[in-house]
Amino acid sequence: MHLDHSHTHDGPAAVSADAVRPDGRRRALRVGLGGPVGSGKTATVAALCRALRDELSLAVVTNDIYTREDAAFLLREAVLPPERIAAVETGACPHTAIRDDISANLEAVEDLEDEVGPLDLVLVESGGDNLTATFSRGLVDAQLFVIDVAGGDDIPRKGGPGVTTADLLVVNKTDLAPYVGSDLQRMARDAKAQRAELPVVFQSLRSEEGVSEVAAWVRERIAAWTAA
Amino acid sequence: MNRATLLVLADGRFPAGGHAHSGGAEAAVAAGRIKDAADLAEFCRGRLHTSGLVAAALAAAAAVGVDPLELDEAADARTPSAALRTAARKLGRQMMRAARATWPSAELDALASVRPKGAHQPVVLGLAARSAGLGPEDAVYVAAYESVSGPATAVVRLLSLDPFDATAVLARLAPDLDRVAADAAECARRVPIEGVDALPASSAPLLDIGAEAHAAWAVRLFAS
Amino acid sequence: MSVPAGQAQADGGLRATARIRAEADARGTSRLPVLDGEGPLAVRRIRSAGREARVALVGAMSAPLGGDRLTVSAEAGPGARLDVTSTAATIALPGQSKRPAHYDVRLSVEEGAELRWLPEQLISANGSELRVTTRAELASGARLLLREEQVLGRAGEEPGGLTSRLTVRCEGRVLLDQELACGPGAPGGWDGPAALAGHRAIGQLVVVRPDLAHAPVQPQMLGELAALTPLAGPGLLVTAVASDALRLRRVLDEAVRRVVP
Repeated sequence: MHLDHSHTHDGPAAVSADAVRPDGRRRALRVGLGGPVGSGKTATVAALCRALRDELSLAVVTNDIYTREDAAFLLREAVLPPERIAAVETGACPHTAIRDDISANLEAVEDLEDEVGPLDLVLVESGGDNLTATFSRGLVDAQLFVIDVAGGDDIPRKGGPGVTTADLLVVNKTDLAPYVGSDLQRMARDAKAQRAELPVVFQSLRSEEGVSEVAAWVRERIAAWTAA
Repeated sequence: MNRATLLVLADGRFPAGGHAHSGGAEAAVAAGRIKDAADLAEFCRGRLHTSGLVAAALAAAAAVGVDPLELDEAADARTPSAALRTAARKLGRQMMRAARATWPSAELDALASVRPKGAHQPVVLGLAARSAGLGPEDAVYVAAYESVSGPATAVVRLLSLDPFDATAVLARLAPDLDRVAADAAECARRVPIEGVDALPASSAPLLDIGAEAHAAWAVRLFAS
Repeated sequence: MSVPAGQAQADGGLRATARIRAEADARGTSRLPVLDGEGPLAVRRIRSAGREARVALVGAMSAPLGGDRLTVSAEAGPGARLDVTSTAATIALPGQSKRPAHYDVRLSVEEGAELRWLPEQLISANGSELRVTTRAELASGARLLLREEQVLGRAGEEPGGLTSRLTVRCEGRVLLDQELACGPGAPGGWDGPAALAGHRAIGQLVVVRPDLAHAPVQPQMLGELAALTPLAGPGLLVTAVASDALRLRRVLDEAVRRVVP
């Protein structure tokens, strides 16, 4: 769709994924979190907020199926002040709002930067959708895909755009593996086969390490973004 | 001007945010006013001849070059529901983003500068048509069709309505669409001479009432 | 205006005008220097307990009939307060003429003045065809309370054709412009789920007050079939539909209690 980005800096507002805001500052890094229903996206977002909020200026955009449920969860958990959490309404189709028509999400991200910025990081969470839902590169700079061991240990083998192409694959709820009969080794092997060199993190938010590996990955991304 | 440009602007996949709005259908479904394809047809017909007509006339006037700020004010006066004004401006802002990326123009930039949070969607749509080299007769069709295609798509999701039935509803509305498009274009032609009072002001009470009810819901699928 | 006022036109329709003007005297009491009615439009002064002038429109004969052209003009001069009501519902009926009837209301509220325009319902009887226009012009600091109620058909009857356009201007800017079209001849869908869905009474309540520009009301529902919403300027609107005139009035009365201090 974007014929030419060169005109956008003259205008009053950014048009799409421009790295520089109209005021000349470099905008925040945008990281998308996608994955199937119940895999722990919102819990991962909450854990990332707690891990990073003291060192970074961050905000969250949620894309819910039912309007504000995920945003409401984050508010209840008080992971960030309410003005740093925005909910995008998706008309029952989060994958449309994060991939095919990203306009509402871009506005939510820009409004957050205008109202509570400057920001270092914006996490954009997709509502639980299917294995094919990925974020548009016009919306996010990097995306992680969250699956869990209880959803079936054959998900990495089945692949799909989320599992195959996400910048980081997170296999969540590893603490449940023994109870649901999921084979973590097999999941790791299949993921490697699907993703070649792209990284995979196995995490349990109930363990002591919690979200630390994912948080470290986000920090690296921010360092690279700031240096670019 | 390329005629095919009309297809790009009118495409339901044009990334301007429409997919998240039901055009009042979600509220009407919840209130039990839309239960099947026949209700959807009557809903769409009513919306087309009221807010659809007004939107089409606003879009056509913007397409012929009437001052968009004056049209924006006229749209405010014709949109008494605060929830619908909010939705129209949100969609206008999204349309503006898509239009500026697709058919950049100084006129679009100028309107985006003075209405950074969005002008009414039909006004931006008309200006987008103008920037794309289309005329008012094109803009009226896009606006009029959008006024019914949005609710039809939404009702497919809300009621699990057979998508063939929903598409047939839209197809049967073609004569009404032609009439509304012609009336809207005629009104818009009068605006440069008579001013914005020549624009239609048709309203549908339950669209306005339903929009306020819907905006107050804690949980909903669509933004409006 | 070649046709003599209040008299029959060539095709049988009537043309009649009523004029009301209130002005505040030196002590702040509103007087009625102009109070003229004719034909079917009679106007009567009502005793007032306060400083406002009160007028009732009195239905002197059946009107409007097809082909009639009725105009009511009410003005509140600077600082004046004028209340206008009517003694009975207005019933649009079919007439000899095949042409539609016109009913035009022109309201003018001058600087610092207040007009309360609270007539009884307009009933669109079967076979009638009526076009109503209501235009209110407000100067700076002016206040308006306006109620309109349309009832489609007398009890159990199909309605006539009715279009009603309501335009409110504040200091030259259009605050509200709304048209309702219903009954035979109205565009398709007027009684469908987007518009009236079988409801036979429709009402609007408009409040314009300078303080509403800075402190707009919060949108709120008044039951399931009525909504109160701030306008894009110093005003608010209540839109309501109901199965009948009585239920409609109950909702609008409740709305008045909520929004008029």
